[in-house]
Amino acid sequence: MLKKTLKMVLLGSLMGSSIALPAIADVNVEKGTTIATEWDKRDEGFEDSNATLKMVLENRHGEKSTRELRIKTLEIPDMTEGDKSLTIFKKPRDIKGTAFLSFAHIKDPDDQWLYLPALKRVKRISSKNKSGPFVGSEFSYEDMSAQELAKYTYKWLKDEPCGDMTCFVLEQRPTYENSGYTKMVVWYDQAEYRRQKIDFYDRKDALLKSLTFTEYQQYLGKYWRAHNMQMVNHQTGKKTHLTFADYDFKTGLKDRDFTKNKLKKVR
Amino acid sequence: MFHSFLCKRFCLSLLILTVLLPRSAYAEMDVEFSGFIAGDLRIFSENGLQEGQSDARLNPSIVVQPEWSAEWNDGDDSIDFIPFVRLDAQDEDRTHVDIRELNYLHIDDGWDVTIGLDKVFWGVMEARHLVDVINQTDNVEDVDGEDKLGQPMINVGLQKEFGDINFFVLPYFRERTFSGRDGRLRAPLEVDTDRTNYDSDLEEFHPDFAIRYATVLGDWDLGLAHFYGTGREPRLVAELDDSGDLVLAPHYDLINQTSVDVQATLDAWLWKFEAIYRTGQGDDFEAVSAGLEYTFFGLIQDVGDLGVLIEYHHDGRDGSAPATIFDHDVFFGLRAAFNDADDTSILGGVILDTETQAQSFTLEASKRLTDRMTFEGELRVFSNQPATDPLYSARDDDHVQLRLSYYF
Repeated sequence: MLKKTLKMVLLGSLMGSSIALPAIADVNVEKGTTIATEWDKRDEGFEDSNATLKMVLENRHGEKSTRELRIKTLEIPDMTEGDKSLTIFKKPRDIKGTAFLSFAHIKDPDDQWLYLPALKRVKRISSKNKSGPFVGSEFSYEDMSAQELAKYTYKWLKDEPCGDMTCFVLEQRPTYENSGYTKMVVWYDQAEYRRQKIDFYDRKDALLKSLTFTEYQQYLGKYWRAHNMQMVNHQTGKKTHLTFADYDFKTGLKDRDFTKNKLKKVR
Repeated sequence: MFHSFLCKRFCLSLLILTVLLPRSAYAEMDVEFSGFIAGDLRIFSENGLQEGQSDARLNPSIVVQPEWSAEWNDGDDSIDFIPFVRLDAQDEDRTHVDIRELNYLHIDDGWDVTIGLDKVFWGVMEARHLVDVINQTDNVEDVDGEDKLGQPMINVGLQKEFGDINFFVLPYFRERTFSGRDGRLRAPLEVDTDRTNYDSDLEEFHPDFAIRYATVLGDWDLGLAHFYGTGREPRLVAELDDSGDLVLAPHYDLINQTSVDVQATLDAWLWKFEAIYRTGQGDDFEAVSAGLEYTFFGLIQDVGDLGVLIEYHHDGRDGSAPATIFDHDVFFGLRAAFNDADDTSILGGVILDTETQAQSFTLEASKRLTDRMTFEGELRVFSNQPATDPLYSARDDDHVQLRLSYYF
C-alpha cells in the first residue's frame, strides 16, 4: 500500500515534469513524503505501549476540569491497517471504568466500541464523527486516533527555526473522509523527526487549533514520546493540556487484549 | 432482601479462593475504593390512586453504592465488591440492600472465569432489553427495567478465532423486587413475595444454564444465546393471603429461550435487531424487536450530536405468560449529546402502543456539576392506558425524579 502510494507520487511527478510549476510542486510532494516516511520509520517496531494520561480542559474563563485515563496501544505492522487502542477512564469519577476500543483503518472508518460500566453494556458506535470532540476536549477523535503515514498526503513547504532547532515544515491533507480539517501544517525537527507543532485548518481553511509538543523523552533508545501536549483553539479560546506518564513499551500486549470482550474486564 | 444463605455460600468460596492464593501475590495487590452516594427526589403529579398508597407527592430517598476492587498479577486476577443500599422515606419494600457484585475474575490466555455475583448485559436495543435474561430486574429502582440484582454465577469465557463463547451456570435464583403497600408504581393489589412459588421443586435453588456465542464480522456485531432455567419474569396470580386479603403471588416458570441479537454499524446508521423464541409460559411464542438509530454529528453548535431512534417491538405471548407492555409498540426517541466538558446529554422518547394508542413518555437529562458531582433529571408520563394495560394502575403515577450524586 505504502509502496503503491509512493509509486503513484513518483509517477505523478514524472508525468507533470514537462510543465514547470507542477514539477516544483511535485518535487515538494516528493520531499514531504520522504520526510514523513522517515518520521514513520523511526517509530516502527514499538510493538505495544501503555501510558497514563492526564487531560486538563480549560475554557476561556480559565475554569478547569480534569480527566485521567490509561491508553494501551498495539502496533499493527501491516502498513495497510492502523493500530489498535484501548482507552480506560479513571476520572472524573462518574465515568470511572468507561472504556473505549478503537481499530484504526486508513481509508475506511475506524471500528469503535464503548463500554458503559453502570449497565455493563458494550455498544458498537459510529466512527463517522472524526471531527467531534473527545470527552469535551479540544482534541477531536481524529486527533486521538493512531497517526498513520497513509492517512495524509504530504508537501514540503519550507525549513525554518523552531526553538533551538531547525524544522521541516510540511503541509498534510487527510486522505480519509469526514475529517474536520482541510489541511494541517506540521513542524518536524530535523535532528530526530519529532513533531514539534501542528496548525489545524478547518473546513473553511481558517486556522482552527494549534498543538505544541514538549518534554520529549526517548524510550528503548529509539522511540520519542512527548510528555506534554498543549492544544489551543484559536476560534473559541479553549485549551486542553495533556500530560503523559508511566510510559511502558513492549509489555507483551496481544491482539486478544484488544477485543470487545476484554473491554468489560480492563481497568 | 439479600438471602443470607446465598452469602454464606459465595462469601465462603471467595474466602477459600483468597486463602488459596499464593503468598507472593499479595505483595503486588492493588486495592481501590470508590463509589457514590445520591439523593433522589421523586415528585408525583397526583396523590396515590391505589388503596394503601402514601398520599405524599414528594418521595425522597438515598442511594449508596461503594465499590472495592482488588487486583494482582497485573490485573489477571481480581475481586470486585459492590454493595448497594436504598433508603426510601415512604415504601419499606423500596428500602432494600443488594450485592450488585462480589466476584473473583481470572483472565488467562484465551479464556477467563468469573465466580460470584455479577451482572451481564446482552442486547442492542434501547427501549426494551428483550434478549437480556441473566440478571433479575430490580423493579423498585425504576420502571425502565435497567436496574439489575447481582446474579450468582460461574461464567467461563473462551476467546476463539471465530468469536467468544461463554458458559453460565446460575446456581441460585433472585426474586424480582416489587413496591410495597405504601409505594407508587405498583399493581392495584400488593405483590406478596412471601407467597412466591415456582415450577421447579428446587424453587430458587434450581440450577439455570446459559450459553452465548458472540462475534464481530466487519461492520456486524452478532450474538446467539440459549437460556434454560427459571425465567426472570414472574406471572402474578391473584390469591387470598392468610388474613383473607386478595394479593398477587409471583409464579416463576421454567423456560427455554433461544435468542439472537445483531447490530450493523454503517456510516452514521446503527441497524438493530433482537429476537427470542421462548417455551414454558403458555403457548410457545416469539418476540421480535427491530430498529435503527441515525446520528447527525456536529448538528448542535458544531460539536453536539443529535440521534434519532426508531424501534418496533412485537411480542407473540398469550395471556398465560407474564404481561408485557411491548406487545405491538413503536418507540420514537431523540438523543442529544452536547459533547461538552460537563457531558450534558438528553434522551427523550415515547413508547406508543399501535393498537390501543397507550403512550409512555420519558425524558432523561444529565450533566456533570463538578469533578465529583452529577445531576440527573427524569420525567415519566403515562397516558391513555386502557384497563388491560400493565401500566393502567400507574396512570396517576406521572413523576419527575431528580438525582444529585456525589462520587468518592
